[in-house]
Amino acid sequence: MTFQRTKRDWQSIGLTAFTATATAAIVGIVLMILGNIVWNGASQMSFRFVFGGTREGMFEASRAGVFPMIFGTLALVILMTVCVLPVGVITAIYLTEYARAESAINRLIRGAINNLAGVPSIVFGLFGLGFFIQFVGGGIDKLFYGGELHYGEPALIWAAATMAVLTLPVMIITTEEALRAIPKGLREASLALGATKLETIWKVVLPQAIPGILTGSILAVGRGAGEVAPIMFTGAAYYLAHLPTHWTDQFMHLGYHIFVLSTQSPDVERTKPILFGSVLVLLMLTFFLNLAGVLVRARIRRRARFGHA
Amino acid sequence: MHSVMDKPIIQISDLDFWYGESQALFGVNVAIGPHRTTALIGPSGCGKSTLLRCLNRMNELIEQTRMTGQITMNGHDINAPDVDVIELRKRVGMVFQKSNPFPKSIFENVAYGLRIQGLKGAELEGRVERSLRKSALWDEAKDRLQESALQLSGGQQQRLCIARTIAVEPEVVLMDEPCSALDPTATSKIEELIQDLKQFYTIVIVTHNMQQAARCSDYTAFFYLGKLIEFDETTKIFTNPGHKQTEDYITGRFG
Amino acid sequence: MDRHFDQELSELKETLLRMAGFAEQVVAQSLKALIQRDDALAKKVEDDDTVLDQLQVEIDDRCIKMLALRQPTARDLRFITMAMKIATDLERIGDQATNIARRASELNKEPLLKPLVDIPRMAEIAQSMIHDALDAFVYEKPELARETIKRDKEVNKLNYQLHRELTSFMIEDPHTISRSLNLINVAHNLERIGDHATNIAEEIVYLYEARDIRHQHEEPPQPLKVGG
Repeated sequence: MTFQRTKRDWQSIGLTAFTATATAAIVGIVLMILGNIVWNGASQMSFRFVFGGTREGMFEASRAGVFPMIFGTLALVILMTVCVLPVGVITAIYLTEYARAESAINRLIRGAINNLAGVPSIVFGLFGLGFFIQFVGGGIDKLFYGGELHYGEPALIWAAATMAVLTLPVMIITTEEALRAIPKGLREASLALGATKLETIWKVVLPQAIPGILTGSILAVGRGAGEVAPIMFTGAAYYLAHLPTHWTDQFMHLGYHIFVLSTQSPDVERTKPILFGSVLVLLMLTFFLNLAGVLVRARIRRRARFGHA
Repeated sequence: MHSVMDKPIIQISDLDFWYGESQALFGVNVAIGPHRTTALIGPSGCGKSTLLRCLNRMNELIEQTRMTGQITMNGHDINAPDVDVIELRKRVGMVFQKSNPFPKSIFENVAYGLRIQGLKGAELEGRVERSLRKSALWDEAKDRLQESALQLSGGQQQRLCIARTIAVEPEVVLMDEPCSALDPTATSKIEELIQDLKQFYTIVIVTHNMQQAARCSDYTAFFYLGKLIEFDETTKIFTNPGHKQTEDYITGRFG
Repeated sequence: MDRHFDQELSELKETLLRMAGFAEQVVAQSLKALIQRDDALAKKVEDDDTVLDQLQVEIDDRCIKMLALRQPTARDLRFITMAMKIATDLERIGDQATNIARRASELNKEPLLKPLVDIPRMAEIAQSMIHDALDAFVYEKPELARETIKRDKEVNKLNYQLHRELTSFMIEDPHTISRSLNLINVAHNLERIGDHATNIAEEIVYLYEARDIRHQHEEPPQPLKVGG
């Protein structure tokens, strides 16, 4: 018997090389995009740009600021999270804890969620316009304001609601996974101690699922900060002189601002630095929102692991 | 047959049990005496765990199960429509195969069932301490009550689960293979504990390990393929079993 | 660790010591009945034998249950198996004492054949053997048990002497035959008691040293092998 190698395993070598190349290509593309944005956007970065307004001139690189857009984006994301979190979590709890796994209704809901996740984002925008603004908002105006326009027009709240519908599938699916990952033994232990199902969910299941729920929120926030199509008809404004002060106000949004800069600019070459600057700000904003979410989740996970929860 | 059996705390009569279409228990009759340890033994899939989980109605959590026959506790049918399953589970506690402490502090684990009952303050602390003492965990845990239960060793975690169960002061404690994931030292500690706890509680223990049944039970029920083959005093079962199947199983000649 | 099993083991030890004390007592009483020609005492010894029988049954029962239920190992295993053997030896010692008591009743019907010298001497050694074997058990002293075993030779020697002496009695005077035979029997019983005490001592050595010293009395104890 001999252990001498007689021929090389070309298949393995080939596959390794192929997968490594594919990985390198992806990393390369990301670096190229990021590099391009940072290279072109860095020169635009300044305190004035980040915290300044648009009153001085929206398309003037030396005077334009993006603070209203940052503010609007943050407001949208926060409102959206407030909307999507309870709905998503409650739906996920229903699906995992209450609905029978094989029941028709469960399958129906699941199918609906999957379909929702596949709908193009512009459709959500039109849905938001038709449902939230005209039907819900218009309805509120008719009922409470005698037809006077308050809710029946594009607003921060409707944009957030539309975005919440868009991010709902992500929220539900990640929460569901988090709930499913909780050992059956913990639920049984709680029930065997004489806890009701509600007490078990509230005291044992949910605290354990918080990191997973936060993961869902992070994904939703990431998506919500970047999507433009759903808010175009539901609340984002081309230009506003003031920051929004009420949820029925319209708002400016970084993503929409970038869209505006690249399509409506009177002089594309001159607005290019603002464009790149805005993209960089949007990327950093998304990055910081994600980072904050990840840090909070890590902290909760550690607490969950070492007690005090 | 035996004096303690004249007044059983739990009486199982003609119990049949199905998971979907497959029948798991066939006409089981067992009487469980108060302040005695009853061991349910038998090869895997013989229905012993199923029977155990009938006693606190944990099987209800599994879809498409059904049972016929009767289980009474202190003379009351535990499956009667007016029975509150939450109350039943407070009186029939359960310790599981895999130790499953909540990812909370040691104190909060034991306090869990008590807080649900609305206990607070000094009374709560007293009950937690008493339960930990009864579970022989107090000396090891008293200085680290606020630490996570998950930092305890496997054997300590299982004793914590026992403490958590007895904290709500049940009459009956069900144990589903409580030592199957533990090393011999931790196992013998739990076995000692079972013998200590007998004076306070009625214990029903499912075990794969027949030596364990021999060491810590007063009565042993041997199951095979969903049927109760033999039920008698543990001494009798292990020195002079009445059925050949029982003898083959306990002497390791099965199959 | 404080084990429930330890509780059971100490109960077994207690029962065994109770039985041993009782065996010692019946041997002493049977000899007293012989030497002091006390018929009533002889009768009592015969009756008391049932107590030893019952204790033996009780000890066997305990041991079998512990073997079945506790799966003892090492020292616990040696203790339980040796307890069964010791109980058997103690029960046999009781039987020998009963025999002595019966011979005493017979002998008491006739005048004394000769002043008893060798028999009390034998009895003293045999009793001391039982006593020391039990001390070795109680105080966990296997060396004392080893000492005890050596004394069995003296008992055997005295038995042989007595045998020869009484044989010459019988040859000289046929009237002494029944009395001589009874005394030979007593000596034989004492010799058997010595043997049982030896067995017990050997069992004690096995219990505490895990070394089987039966049938090899001449050899000095081997040092314990370490490792391989």
